[in-house]
Amino acid sequence: MSRPLALGRPGLAPAWQGSWRRALERSFWGYLFLLPVLLGFAVFLFVPVLWSLWLSFTNTGLVDSEWAGLDNYQSLLHSSLFWQTLRTTALYTGVVVAEAVLASIVLAALIQGIGSRRLATFFRAAFFLPAVTTPVVIALVWRWIFNTQWGLLNYLLGLLHLGPVKWLSDPSIALWSVILSTVLTIPAFGVVTFSASIGSIPGELYEAADLDGAGPISKWWRVTVPLLKPTILFVGVIYTISAFQVFDRIYIMTSGGPGFATTPIVMLIYNTGISNWHFGLASAQAVVLFAIIALVSLVQFRLLRSDFEY
Amino acid sequence: MPIAVRRPRHGPNWARLAALVALFAVTVVAIFPLYWLFVSAITPTESTLKIPPDFIPVHASLANFQRLFVQAPVLNWLLNSVFITLAITAFHMLFDTMAGYAFARLRFPGRGAIFAIFLSTIMIPSQVTLIPNFLLISRIHLVNTPLAVILPGFADIVGIFLIKQFMQTLPRELEEAAAVDGATPWWIFWRVMVPLSTPAIAAVAIFGFVSSWNAFLWPLIVLQSGKGFTLPVGIAAVGRGEFTTDYGVQMAGGALAAIPTILFFLMFQRHFVAGLRVGAVKT
Repeated sequence: MSRPLALGRPGLAPAWQGSWRRALERSFWGYLFLLPVLLGFAVFLFVPVLWSLWLSFTNTGLVDSEWAGLDNYQSLLHSSLFWQTLRTTALYTGVVVAEAVLASIVLAALIQGIGSRRLATFFRAAFFLPAVTTPVVIALVWRWIFNTQWGLLNYLLGLLHLGPVKWLSDPSIALWSVILSTVLTIPAFGVVTFSASIGSIPGELYEAADLDGAGPISKWWRVTVPLLKPTILFVGVIYTISAFQVFDRIYIMTSGGPGFATTPIVMLIYNTGISNWHFGLASAQAVVLFAIIALVSLVQFRLLRSDFEY
Repeated sequence: MPIAVRRPRHGPNWARLAALVALFAVTVVAIFPLYWLFVSAITPTESTLKIPPDFIPVHASLANFQRLFVQAPVLNWLLNSVFITLAITAFHMLFDTMAGYAFARLRFPGRGAIFAIFLSTIMIPSQVTLIPNFLLISRIHLVNTPLAVILPGFADIVGIFLIKQFMQTLPRELEEAAAVDGATPWWIFWRVMVPLSTPAIAAVAIFGFVSSWNAFLWPLIVLQSGKGFTLPVGIAAVGRGEFTTDYGVQMAGGALAAIPTILFFLMFQRHFVAGLRVGAVKT
């Protein structure tokens, strides 16, 4: 695929001299079509990533900008707040990703199982609606659901003569409430992705399993799940990346509080860099976040690799 | 056909019934926040902030929306959101398609390497570029302008991937015939590839629209004045009590921000799911 200077399809390549011109011409067109994206990525992605790395070794603020070596990283190591936000983010990500993958497999299988196209379309649409709705807005509704005085949850608990629970204002519960709100939002992307891959499993495999006298459950574990491994990996990685970057819903529901009980790493970066102008320190936090995401994705790829090809 | 819950040959189909009931229960939980958003948007606050609340909007009116437009510069936010979203969507449609075509059909040195680098950028969290991009945008004095949001959103790697995958499934005959007639790749792109790729381009447009309409963190950072907000940033400010503390009005704002993507999804549902599938069933 990455053969240098591939000359088009060999069968079509004309005489020697002509092919050089052709190759040059094709290269020109290739780069031309890529130009806007290459420029954009260079300015807003590649250079900023390197700039971020450089900033993380400086104490850049509003006025100073001096080389600080590893100072930022050292202060992060000793910052209990930084470790707390990492723990918060890891806990949130772990629970949310596990649930998203599991729920989307189960829901995709259930949708497949009812064997009706119309109902399948209906359920997928119903799952997708909350997923395409502005997260900020959905979080506003959840803030009401969790409201101690007027909220839905405490009203329901009240019917059972329980509560009231301080869902968002008790530091030991708030993070779990945020997680609950995410878990109860259907992972629509996962459901559609799993539906597609379950649908593309060849029927013969199931017929063969039938001949071997396999029941539905053993077919599920021995045929469906192994074949879904690449999709599990794909969906898992995508949800991990997005869960590590959680911000919107927490900003609305708790602003990271009470105290810093629900502050995720991205909110720490926002507070450090954008609110308090400590660009160097915030960049160091971002670099650590990047390293963690890269590492986790790598581990996920290794774990589930077997028959995965990109 | 692979069926997880198999239909028995005789008697009532309990497994299927159980699956249906489970799915309906999940749907109710999933949809409830949306339902409540619209109910509390059209109901006076006295009817929603009480115990028990009116779960059915018996006193429906548009009063909350009227007050919303008086209390906050919502019209500005709406216009900003529309302009920014349309611009980003148009950029995605053009640039993603061009890049996808280059990767799918044109041959040039470094194609595989460039594509691999592009793909790996999916793993770069946008927070890494947050601080430098903010510094860049402030240095070129774009803070508080729509351009500050639009420029960094010029293209999307997932969209490029989707277009590439789709174009690779197209037959080559038309292009080859055009090439024999001396057509340039530019001509082939516009006259052959773009018309044939409308389903994939539609998917890119839909994802671009929904993600830029809903975008929050970056607009929150670069749009700092009340009138320059997009709807989600404005609604967040409203939700924090910056323009009004009236719960009904806050929910009206939320409903206003939510309606466009919901309508958009309902209209283009089929493309939406088809687009996800192109991405999901890779190569």
